[in-house]
Amino acid sequence: MLKGIFFIFLFQLIGEVVQKLLQLTFPGPVIGLILLVIFLLVTDNTPLKLISKPFENEVVRTAEGILSYLSLLFVPIGVGVVIHISLIEDQLLQVLVLLFVGTLATIGVTAWVMQLIQKRKQGAAHDNE
Amino acid sequence: MTTSELYDIWVYLQAEPLFWLTLTIGAYLVGDWCYQKSNKFPLVNPVAISILIVSSTLFIFDIEYERYFSGAQFIHFMLGPATVALAIPIYKKWHLIVVNAKAIFVSVFVGSCFAVVSTYFIANGLGISEKVMLTMLPRSVTTPIAMGISEVIGGIPSLTAIMTITTGIIGATFGAFILDILRVNSASARGFGIGLGSHGVGTAKAMSQNAEAGVFAAVAMGLSGIVTSLIMPLFMRLIS
Repeated sequence: MLKGIFFIFLFQLIGEVVQKLLQLTFPGPVIGLILLVIFLLVTDNTPLKLISKPFENEVVRTAEGILSYLSLLFVPIGVGVVIHISLIEDQLLQVLVLLFVGTLATIGVTAWVMQLIQKRKQGAAHDNE
Repeated sequence: MTTSELYDIWVYLQAEPLFWLTLTIGAYLVGDWCYQKSNKFPLVNPVAISILIVSSTLFIFDIEYERYFSGAQFIHFMLGPATVALAIPIYKKWHLIVVNAKAIFVSVFVGSCFAVVSTYFIANGLGISEKVMLTMLPRSVTTPIAMGISEVIGGIPSLTAIMTITTGIIGATFGAFILDILRVNSASARGFGIGLGSHGVGTAKAMSQNAEAGVFAAVAMGLSGIVTSLIMPLFMRLIS
């Protein structure tokens, strides 16, 4: 558990440092995520695997533990939404309409496009057989 | 025990993180219990229920948000490590990502552009002020990226955080319905749409329902953050 936490914190720390050094617009934790995926893929199928394996098992267990409570982590900042809603009181209705329509349309369009491409690819695969 | 002694204990508790952490976790357990009892019905959103319980508590006892947050920030802090932890499901399902590389690439561009452009046009159509419109433009990407973009384009970052979280809750709660209506039944496409449109809150929801959907939601969240940061300067030049 402790090794897993250490490893995850370490990658976030590296991510934050990289972000500050290169002055990137996206946040440290996302850079940490990308670096950790690269690390796991690179050490896969190489002799390095022997060294990283014990760490990997710990990281996997810890990560899955944290991720099973992912929703909980949004509660503290979410409470601020309710408290600060008065900031946009005069445009509240319009804002809510935009949030509903915009969000659901975005989800719909994105998923629909993705499914379309997946189906075309499957169709093409069938034609080639 | 007298009332004043009780009051002293209450004053002491308010100043300590323990009370706020217990309240937050307790509220979440209640929210999750309702969600499980409803057979994971999408409208019963555990995050929304917990937020409602905590904010009513703050409201009833007249407590400032800043005081609550100073205690509950240990939970908030874990968002960073949790983001890094998303590397694990992505790594485990890497073969699915390679197989779907083209679909992912196209969808992330279409989705990210659509999110920004639709926000712009709906805001103008509804007569929302320019400042609030700019604040809302990056709302579909993960909160820290959204706040960063908001600052660059002249929005109000703290208000962007509010819009972003609300977007996440709406997507996580109602996204499944719109996908059913559009007959999107591929788990990967459903997850990808939810992750792109409603970032981490949507990803958490997708992950709780289907492992493959969760992975694609996480990938969409990460990629859309990057793509949106890149397209935003171009879009700003277009509308100015």
